Amino acid sequence: MAEEMRVVLRNYGKIDPLNIDDYINAGGYKALEKARSMSQADVIAEVRKSNLRGRGGAGFNAGMKWNFAYGVQADQKYVICNADEGEPGTYKDRIIMENDPHAVFEGMAICGYAIGANKGYIYCRGEYPYVVDLLNQAIAQAKAKGVLGEFDIEVRMGAGAYVCGEETALIESIEGHRGEPRYKPPFPPVSGLWGKPTIVNNVETFANVAQIIEKGGDWYAGLGAASYPGTKVLTLTGDVVNRTVIEVPTNTTIREVIFGFGGGIRDGKKFKAVQIGGTSGGFIPESLLDTPIDFDSMTAIGAVLGSGAVFVMDETRDIVDVVERIAGFFEHESCGKCAPCREGTMRMYELMKKVKSGKGTVKDIELMKKLGGVMSVACLCGLGQAAPSPVLTTITHFRADYDAKLQ
Amino acid sequence: MADYKDIIARYTAVPGGIIEAFHAIQKEMSYLPEEAIIAAAEAFKVPVAQAYGVATFYSYLSVKSRGKNVIRICESAPCHVAGAAEVVAALEKALGIKMGETTPDGKFTLEFTECVGQCQATPVITINGKPYGDVTPDKVAGILAAY
Repeated sequence: MAEEMRVVLRNYGKIDPLNIDDYINAGGYKALEKARSMSQADVIAEVRKSNLRGRGGAGFNAGMKWNFAYGVQADQKYVICNADEGEPGTYKDRIIMENDPHAVFEGMAICGYAIGANKGYIYCRGEYPYVVDLLNQAIAQAKAKGVLGEFDIEVRMGAGAYVCGEETALIESIEGHRGEPRYKPPFPPVSGLWGKPTIVNNVETFANVAQIIEKGGDWYAGLGAASYPGTKVLTLTGDVVNRTVIEVPTNTTIREVIFGFGGGIRDGKKFKAVQIGGTSGGFIPESLLDTPIDFDSMTAIGAVLGSGAVFVMDETRDIVDVVERIAGFFEHESCGKCAPCREGTMRMYELMKKVKSGKGTVKDIELMKKLGGVMSVACLCGLGQAAPSPVLTTITHFRADYDAKLQ
Repeated sequence: MADYKDIIARYTAVPGGIIEAFHAIQKEMSYLPEEAIIAAAEAFKVPVAQAYGVATFYSYLSVKSRGKNVIRICESAPCHVAGAAEVVAALEKALGIKMGETTPDGKFTLEFTECVGQCQATPVITINGKPYGDVTPDKVAGILAAY
C-alpha cells in the first residue's frame, strides 16, 4: 500500500498548537525569515515554480494569483485565508487549523510580504467557534513573540452561509454585507476587500507555502502528479471502514484512497459509489476508481477533486435518496442573487422529490438534464454552476436507480 | 446580561463589524431582537432594511426568539446516510417538540443545519456550537442531561 506523505500536516500530532515554541522548534517561521531576505518577485517566482494550485477547489495557480496583486499599485492590500469550508464531508481545514495554526499564519505572512500587504484576515466558518478561539490565542502568541513583524492577522467568523466559500461572497461578508458573489471582473487580486487588491487562498494552500519557500519550488513540483503537484488532504466519510483524515501525494488513485487508506467498505459490503470534492462533486462508479485524484485527472472523468472530501456509499445506498438530499442542500444554500441558481436549485429539488416519491417520469429525467446543463453555464458563481453535477453524474452512472423509481 | 447597545458600541469601530456585533448579541440573547437590529443599523449607519437583510441572510443568525440552548442536527448527505433521521425523531420525542420549535420552558430549540465539519463521526449534532459525534437515539437522553 502507498504511504501517506505529510507536507501540510507535517506537525500533526507532534506539536502543541497552543505553544508557539513547539512550532518554532520544529523549524517554524524560518521560511518567513528566508522569504523576507528575498525580493518580493523572487518569492512569487518560487511559488510559481512549485506549481502550487489552490486547494479550495478552483485549482488556480497560487503564484500567478499573487503576481496579479503584486503588480497592482495600491496604498493598501489584503491577504485573506478562506477557512469557510462548508462542503459537506469536508473537515480538513479544521484539522489543519486545530493542529498547526502557525503554519497557516506563516503562509499568509509570506504572501503578505510577496504582494505588499500588511493586513490579513482569516474568515472562519461559524460552525467552528472553538477554532476561532484557538486561532485568536495562537495569533496573540505570534504577536507577543513578534514573529509576524508588521503583518497583522484578524479572525472573522462566518455565520452559516455555504456561498461565502466563494471568494467574492466571502469578501462581501467581511465587509459586513449579505454574502452574495460579485460580478467578475474585476477579480479580487485587482479589486477585492474594500476595493483593494486582495489575495484569497484556502487554508491548505497557505499551509503549503512555508515548506515551498524552505525546500524550494523544484522540490514541491516534483511531488505527486505533474500538473497538480504536492499532496492533498482528504477526509473520508460515509460507508468506509476508516472515517479519517489522510494526506497523500496527488498521483494516488481513488481506489488506493478508499481500499488502501480507507480500509474498504464497512460491514463487508460492496462498493457502490463515491462522491469526491464535497456535495457539489460528481458521483464516481467502480469502473473509474483507478483515476488519480489530481485536479486534471478528476476533471477528465467529469468529477472534481474539490475540497478533498471522499464520501463513500455501499451497495445498499439509494442514490436517488442521497441526491435528493443534496438537491435540498443547494436549494437552501443558493443565495438568490442570480435567477438560474435561485430558480434552478428550487426546480431541481422539486424534480428530485418527485422522482424519489415514485411519481417521476422519463420526461422529468430529460428535464433535469436540460436544467442542469443550463445551470452549469448560466449561473453567476461556482455554487450554481456545480450544483447540478451530482444529479447529472448519477443520471449518467447510476441510471438504474432512477429507472427503478420512474412511472 | 449585557445591553445590546453596549455590545454594538464595541464593534462600531470595526470595519464591516455588523456581523461580529450580531454574533455577540446572539451569544447573549440567543437571537436578534428587532430593536437590536434597528439599533445596529443606526450605529453602523446603514438602512434598517440592509441590517435586516444581513440578519436574515445567514442561517446562524436568527430573528426569531429561541431557547437558551440551540440544538442543531446536521442533515447533509454524510449524516443523512448515517441515520440523522432517527436522531431527529429521538430528539423530538425526548423534548416533546418538532424541528424548528422551542420547548415551553424556553430551554431548548431544535434546528436543522447543514454540514458542521465533524464528518469523521456521523451523525453529528451541535448544542450551542459544541459538537457531539456518532449520535444514536439511545445517546440522546444522556447528552441532554448535561444542559
